[in-house]
Amino acid sequence: MSSFFGGGAASSAGASSDMNARKEQMKQQIQQELAVANAQQLITKINENCFEKCVKSPSASLTSSEEQCLGRCMNLYMSAFDQVSRSYVARVSKERAGGMGGGL
Amino acid sequence: MSSAGPSTAQIPQFDAATRQELEGFLEQEQAKAKLQASVHELTNTCWNKCITGGISTKFSRGEASCLENCVDRFLDSSLFIVKQIEAQKQHM
Repeated sequence: MSSFFGGGAASSAGASSDMNARKEQMKQQIQQELAVANAQQLITKINENCFEKCVKSPSASLTSSEEQCLGRCMNLYMSAFDQVSRSYVARVSKERAGGMGGGL
Repeated sequence: MSSAGPSTAQIPQFDAATRQELEGFLEQEQAKAKLQASVHELTNTCWNKCITGGISTKFSRGEASCLENCVDRFLDSSLFIVKQIEAQKQHM
């Protein structure tokens, strides 16, 4: 196979490395889009839950104690996210290794 | 990310092997996205379940242990309910 394709002219080698570059670029772009979507989702959830917790009755503007609460709540929500993420990944790999069948 | 499934068929500048590689990569990334979506959903559920008091600088001891157990018990519940339904099905 490799002699069949690899024996080609220099121009084809250039084209294939160009394709390789485009492939890597595409992978990177996909990964980045996923990361952005993930971050947006986290921000949306933080806002929903921390607004609920910290802004009990919306007034003309956010009070400084509401802002302080929002700041603390943000950090707590992110550490809850980390905890849940670790627990979930651990459980999923445990279930897979346990061979209990597709329970999840 | 809005298309129905992994499809690189519309990308003609890649050869077959590269397309296959990208399809595999996409499937992997989609699995990752699904896992992340589950984590968002579970975090929301466990936050509402466990964080019942006010917001201070860190979790209370009870909140922290609730969060630690929340995912496992949620999934246990899910398995239990499925088993229960299967058992009921056999009595019919």
